[in-house]
Amino acid sequence: MYVAVKGGERAIDNAHAWLAEERRGDLGVAELSVAQIRAQLSLAVNRVMAEGSLYDPDLAALAIKQARGDLIEAIFLIRAYRTTLPRLGASCPVNTAEMAVIRRISATFKDLPGGQVLGPTFDYTHRLLDFKLAAEGEAAQAATAPAAMEAVPHVMAMLDRDGMIEAEPLGNDVPADLTREPMELPGSRALRLQAITRGDEGFILSMAYSTQRGYGRTHAFVGELRIGAVAVEMEIPELGFAVEIGEIELTECETVNQFKGSKTEPPQFTRGYGLVFGQTERKAIAMSLVDRSLRWAELGEDYTGAPAQDEEFVLMHADNVQATGFLEHIKLPHYVDFQSELELVRRLRAEVFATQEAAE
Amino acid sequence: MMQTPLEAATPNSESLAARKAWMGLLARAKPGRLADLFPELPAHDLLRAPEIGAVMVRGRIGGTGQPFNLGEMTVTRCALRLGSGAVGHAHVQGRDKGHAVRAAVVDALMQTNQAEALRATVLVPLQAEEVARRANRAAKAAATKVEFFTLVRGEDQ
Repeated sequence: MYVAVKGGERAIDNAHAWLAEERRGDLGVAELSVAQIRAQLSLAVNRVMAEGSLYDPDLAALAIKQARGDLIEAIFLIRAYRTTLPRLGASCPVNTAEMAVIRRISATFKDLPGGQVLGPTFDYTHRLLDFKLAAEGEAAQAATAPAAMEAVPHVMAMLDRDGMIEAEPLGNDVPADLTREPMELPGSRALRLQAITRGDEGFILSMAYSTQRGYGRTHAFVGELRIGAVAVEMEIPELGFAVEIGEIELTECETVNQFKGSKTEPPQFTRGYGLVFGQTERKAIAMSLVDRSLRWAELGEDYTGAPAQDEEFVLMHADNVQATGFLEHIKLPHYVDFQSELELVRRLRAEVFATQEAAE
Repeated sequence: MMQTPLEAATPNSESLAARKAWMGLLARAKPGRLADLFPELPAHDLLRAPEIGAVMVRGRIGGTGQPFNLGEMTVTRCALRLGSGAVGHAHVQGRDKGHAVRAAVVDALMQTNQAEALRATVLVPLQAEEVARRANRAAKAAATKVEFFTLVRGEDQ
């Protein structure tokens, strides 16, 4: 039970003023600009865009600054902001086959058209702290090499040609949108992907990891992981044709998983899919594992009771803004609830003591 | 002869492709750069005042299958009419209203006899800078391409 409580305004105002001062920190240190956050903490910016579910690097950088680097708080700010925006429409589905890739690797094929492109990766770094970064150094410069400037084919298309992997035929159904209607479970795969791509990275990572450790095994290989820019096109009703309205960076992961076959399907590989805003490869890989794990029913696999097979468990607990809201509300005043609990326990104790006294 | 709305909406495919290309280029342009290249706005009437909103970006399951909702992006739109009667539209990425107005003005002017001059002063530089930016990223990516080589093994000798 919640009761409106008056008072505390001065304390709240002063707490917020102090928050602002703490946010700025030591005045002897230069203030961080939004442009610096955007440019130099870009992976934090990408996470806030992905889980805030709004692609706008400047806003995400501002939210990180305002939230003092608390990314879940920043995601909350972005989610709150997006509710103020009118919905101008929905884009045509982006074509990731046309992505201008800066990174593209496959764990299943060594030699593939377009090659293995590492991009700006942490992989193969030694994870030793680089104290040179603590001092002001010269700007690093990347090497260059002649580039073909053409789209590289999806690895899955190669397997698909031979019928070695389940087909993913083109469709044009209007997908369910959990930002418009409450999620209804069981949901479509489209609804699940929307919930997972905006879900908490830590939660999705742990769910994916649990499948690798044996809780709902799906034996995933990364068929392809690609990062790069794609064009976003939208039909403009007053024009009667589609135009590009911008360009966004995405991370896409496709997994290849074992499948024994069924009465109607011959043995073939199956797919898990991950697609996330920004350079967010840990999330995209995890997403593809969780997507595949949740497909057990349609593929006729056994339900083993694993958490990552439980759609309700995964989808209802993936959102860190919802989780934070419910978790943290218990710190807010519950004086009346607690008062009634207090009186109940006092009464029960009095009854116990009275019975004991009567027995003696 | 007056054009009916239907004729206006279905120009020949070549001019439609050209218009789509410049509208996309203007949408992707950095607002500051567009303002540098095209500082003075001619007189115009707003048909739709610049409005900031969100577009739901969709992906496809497995890259090729059914659509799903990936998340939104910020977009600003605007429609206007120049004194000459030319109508311009813009849907541009981000939240810069000046960007949307400028893009709509350029879209309108590109449908007039000023098109060639505007192409040279605004579109060509924007296009060149975009191509250079993309080529630079692609060249860096190309430098990180793995060149596999197989070590000579004993049994091969």
